[in-house]
Amino acid sequence: MIITQQKNIEEIYEIVKLYSKILIAGCDGCCQPPRSVNEAKVLGQLLELKAKSENRDLKWKAITVLRQCDDRIAATTLRPFIEDFEAIVSLACGLGVVMVNRVFPEILTFPAQNSMFQGAQNNGDNFFVQYCDTCGDCLLGLTGGVCPMAGCAKHLSNGPCGGTVNSKCEVGKYTRECAWVKIWERLKRFNRLDLFKKYRPPRDYRLMTAPSFIEINKPYTNIEESNEEKT
Amino acid sequence: MAKRQAFSNLMKAIRDGKFVFTGELEPKKILDLSEIVRSAEEMKKTGKIVAANVTDGPQGDAYMASMVPSYMIQEKAGMEAVWQIAVRDRNRVALFGDVIGGAVLGLKNILTLTGDHTALGDHRRAKAVYDIDSTQFCEMLSKMIDEGKDYEGNEIVGGKIQMNFGCVANPNSDPREPEILKVGRKVEQGIDFVQTQTAFSVDQAKEFLKELEQFNIPVLLGLFPLKSYGIASYFDANIPGVSVPKELLTSLKKAEKENKEDKKAKYAAIDKINIEYFEPFIREIKKTTKAAGIHCMAVEYERLFGPLLKNF
Repeated sequence: MIITQQKNIEEIYEIVKLYSKILIAGCDGCCQPPRSVNEAKVLGQLLELKAKSENRDLKWKAITVLRQCDDRIAATTLRPFIEDFEAIVSLACGLGVVMVNRVFPEILTFPAQNSMFQGAQNNGDNFFVQYCDTCGDCLLGLTGGVCPMAGCAKHLSNGPCGGTVNSKCEVGKYTRECAWVKIWERLKRFNRLDLFKKYRPPRDYRLMTAPSFIEINKPYTNIEESNEEKT
Repeated sequence: MAKRQAFSNLMKAIRDGKFVFTGELEPKKILDLSEIVRSAEEMKKTGKIVAANVTDGPQGDAYMASMVPSYMIQEKAGMEAVWQIAVRDRNRVALFGDVIGGAVLGLKNILTLTGDHTALGDHRRAKAVYDIDSTQFCEMLSKMIDEGKDYEGNEIVGGKIQMNFGCVANPNSDPREPEILKVGRKVEQGIDFVQTQTAFSVDQAKEFLKELEQFNIPVLLGLFPLKSYGIASYFDANIPGVSVPKELLTSLKKAEKENKEDKKAKYAAIDKINIEYFEPFIREIKKTTKAAGIHCMAVEYERLFGPLLKNF
């Protein structure tokens, strides 16, 4: 799921205050914590209050979309409302905001969220954790299922570094587990220290070079060699 | 793996079987390097220090690039540098560029480091680079030195660079096994020597050195003489995994209190405490372990070198 945090209300208001009629669109996709129609309504009320305090009149409507990052779903859900509004405020992650701007180029769509990371929720915990950094070259098979890209502040392929004290990381004042100690523990448990000892060569950062795009059933196209082959 | 040629005086001294000493210099946010050069000259005068490490933005702080003072101490003080390079701030392109630049300047030793994270330093909003890690940096240096090529295999015009390089290991690491295995990976990638983080416990240091023996690589054990109570307590509280023995902290505090008025007496008292603690420490390491020497991190405390090392 994509973990988002709502922007400060002042920041959102600064962006939308030039408009008198806004559509506030929640998203029922993978965005967490939930950013659906109820959250859209709350945001509308807050913005309206803020406008009133400045003697301005703000009309708004709250709706939600099944998945804003799917162009067809976004188009069919939002199309009936577009004409009545001057701007859209999206509660989706950055993907939804970009997609709605693309689907409706005639109107500006603004973000109400900061997209933080791709994360997981441990059942019962009240927080989300980044377990994967979408690096394009999965090492989890060599690291006992612990990701050194998402779990290590230095993204080391051959850790741990000297900043580990009692299995804790120097980043975060020694409160977070060192991913490389965890990797060592996991591999030791399964008698697979052969994997730990193995040297891992540098990563290919072309796999993380923006903008990324993938065509189904075709090789990843963000590597210049494959582009050269094409032409 | 066949041993690489010794290009530096440090490596030559180690290969000659001498028990070697290295010092440490820390360029900070400065424009004037005369203090650093003077400090290197003092080290040189003792006749005991083979080379001096020049730090690269310790604790993630933005300091002068270590290449420049490394060159300056060689040129002006005749003190060979162990040029520290952290992979925190430079990608593989910049690291390569710096290293061939340093080779042209006549630098002969590199100490590879991961580097304290920028989140600990004085530019906490910076992007930490870590394009390659310190083990991969070792592989890159091996290619430059043994094959005369960059990391992608392109020839360096002029051929192989002439340098020796090492890595860091932490005797205070807990758990220890992953730290030891990590050194093993770096040995495979062609390091010539190891310099360790600071040790305060003889027993712990001996155990650590014993475990490193399997790699058959020269190890210089790190020691950190304590110039003042302030530095000692800061070190105790802020340096990861290092705790300064209580008795040292207490006696330093006492020495400073008792000699508040007399600077000379205060210095003498502090030096005495350090010599009484570290001289037997070094003697024990020299006598009972296979350590190649001591990396003495007496930063801005070069007056200690003479009296501390006179019997070695």
